[in-house]
Amino acid sequence: MSRTLHADSGAVLQQNRAGAGERFRRTLLTPGGAVFILLVVLLAAIIAVNPSFGEPESFIRFIGRTAPIAIAAIGQYFVIVAGEFDLSMGSVVTMQVIVAGNLIGDDDAKVIPVLLLMIALGALIGLVNGLATTLLKVPSFIVTLGMMLALFGLVMYWTGGAAQGNPADSFRQIGRGGIQDVPVLGIIPYPVIILAAAAALGFWLMRRPYGRTLIAVGDNATAAALTGTRVWWVRTRAFMLSSLAATVSGILLVGYAGVHPSVGRGYEFTAITAVVLGGVVLGGGRGWLLSAAAGAFALESLFTLLNFLGVQSTWRDTVQGVIIIVAVAAAARSWQRRRRGSTAPARAEQHRITATSAKPAEGTEQGGNGY
Amino acid sequence: MSSTWKAGNSFGRLPSTHIVYLVALLTLVVGAVLVATTGRNFFSPGNISSILTGTSVLGFIAIGQTLVILVGSLDLSVPYVTSLASLIAAGVMANSSSNILPGVLLALGVSAVIGLANGLIVAGLKVHGFIATLGMGLIISGYLATNFKGSFGQTPFAFRLVGATGLGPVPVSTLIMLACAVLAMVLLHRTRVGHHIYAVGGDLNVARMSGIRVQTPIITAHIICSVLAGMAGLLLASRLGVGSPTVGSQGGYDLLSIAAVVLGGTLLAGGKGSITGTLGGVLIFAMLDNIMSVMQLNPFVKDVVRGIVIVVAVAVYARRTILKRPPRFGHGQPEEPATKQEVAA
Repeated sequence: MSRTLHADSGAVLQQNRAGAGERFRRTLLTPGGAVFILLVVLLAAIIAVNPSFGEPESFIRFIGRTAPIAIAAIGQYFVIVAGEFDLSMGSVVTMQVIVAGNLIGDDDAKVIPVLLLMIALGALIGLVNGLATTLLKVPSFIVTLGMMLALFGLVMYWTGGAAQGNPADSFRQIGRGGIQDVPVLGIIPYPVIILAAAAALGFWLMRRPYGRTLIAVGDNATAAALTGTRVWWVRTRAFMLSSLAATVSGILLVGYAGVHPSVGRGYEFTAITAVVLGGVVLGGGRGWLLSAAAGAFALESLFTLLNFLGVQSTWRDTVQGVIIIVAVAAAARSWQRRRRGSTAPARAEQHRITATSAKPAEGTEQGGNGY
Repeated sequence: MSSTWKAGNSFGRLPSTHIVYLVALLTLVVGAVLVATTGRNFFSPGNISSILTGTSVLGFIAIGQTLVILVGSLDLSVPYVTSLASLIAAGVMANSSSNILPGVLLALGVSAVIGLANGLIVAGLKVHGFIATLGMGLIISGYLATNFKGSFGQTPFAFRLVGATGLGPVPVSTLIMLACAVLAMVLLHRTRVGHHIYAVGGDLNVARMSGIRVQTPIITAHIICSVLAGMAGLLLASRLGVGSPTVGSQGGYDLLSIAAVVLGGTLLAGGKGSITGTLGGVLIFAMLDNIMSVMQLNPFVKDVVRGIVIVVAVAVYARRTILKRPPRFGHGQPEEPATKQEVAA
């Protein structure tokens, strides 16, 4: 479909007919592109404060440390771009950590079955969230809030609120270990590989018909439904992807943080912050998946920077709060301008195109309704 | 499908407030039966008083949250405002009765300033209410975590009486909460800004094109919400006798108040709902809590029950609202001039 649009160059706005360099520059100026600039600036600042951070080995470890939250952000992206929220993410992470801790125990043979069980549980929670949102028409904010309370209550009931269980070392290696003796980097942590795979998979998915439909549903669900999209199923799958991402984060966090009911607390808001920082618009239909992951990295490098600067860790929240308000205010302005068509030539071009396409095309009876 | 609902089922025609109170009545009956099985009386003055006490703190916050949700925004900063107000009040009072008034005024004043900031960010900078107030909440939470390590200040005895006394089985705090609810109802139904709150929440663009200054109702709603959260903080300070930096976030008042509002039949998207419904929602929560405490349920199972009740109750209303009111004008997006031209041609 996109090919036919491009072949008919009259349908491409003048503002979009530019060289690769110009298009790249424009992309960087959108909120989804600006987060990469922010990320580079933050990383440069960290390296300026603490040069050893720039060494390949510690840098790759930083990526590994950020992987769980970046994967959660990727999952949350699917839900937010479809115009919904997933507040149950943190509780899903907690639940998966506890499940792993209690069911695997010291038995290496149980690793694979429990892993499969966790993935099935994740998919099931997403399915329930999605069906309650789409078929029962309960706002996703309420559905996932209810799921968050219910899951957290179950986990606390099960554990009594104390740290409990210790999964086999082979399981913890997923979050903790890596491929040893790599030239230059020294070690490639498994979380980095898993993050790269998740990002690549997500990127590919957003280019598939499913991803295109998901964005269309988030932008205008009525229009998407009228063009024949099964909106409920598209949204439900987004919730399943989100819960599955939370599951993967949980698996990684077992290796990092160990088994405790406080692991994953507040993850939903951190993930939403990261997604929003990546320029994805709450309410859906706008934003890029990789920007959401970059948002997670920007957030984490901000915390690292504050850490190196000797700022008390209790101020983290405040900085995070200021950052998201500023980022979203800037993004709101920028997306608005882009949507309206920022320059006079762009507007003239739009007028030219709408004027021509309003005439009946050859071989059809009426413009606009010619099928 | 909608016609069968309208014709065959009188349930479909009930206003959502009535359904809220039907659910509350159902909770009451089930609660009374369950409590009776343990050999205790659900309607004893002591139990009624404890239920009503349970409504007061959440009630204050939920009334404010109703205004903010009606105008189409959200307020996630309320628990931190509540904690901050309790700290300011207890800190200023410092166990001296002469400082009660300054303490109350300063706590409410700071809350109002936070609400003003929220309103300006939402209305002026066009930041989604979810993000604006989440950010504001984080900002306050960082301040609280840095400057207060534990409880702080002390409230004088005279102030502590507010949280402890009652007229018969009705606590004074609940009466104050109900007075605030009445004021909020008057605001919503008898004043210009109240009508504008509904209009802006229903459709911001339509309201703007009808000549409403959309900033005013949004900012007003946010200020009132924060002030009421501050009132909740004062009440908690009076009950605990000290200010605490975690009293709000431990209560989870942000999400619970939103749940109570939605449980009360208010649309999360804004523009439709009532304070009466919200009070019903708060009452349902208070009764649930009370029943589960009397039944000596594991406290963690309470969360599970709460979560399920929220989703199921809202599913019941949502079904009704959707079937009864199909969207008449599409999705509220103004039509682009370009499509109009095409249709005309």
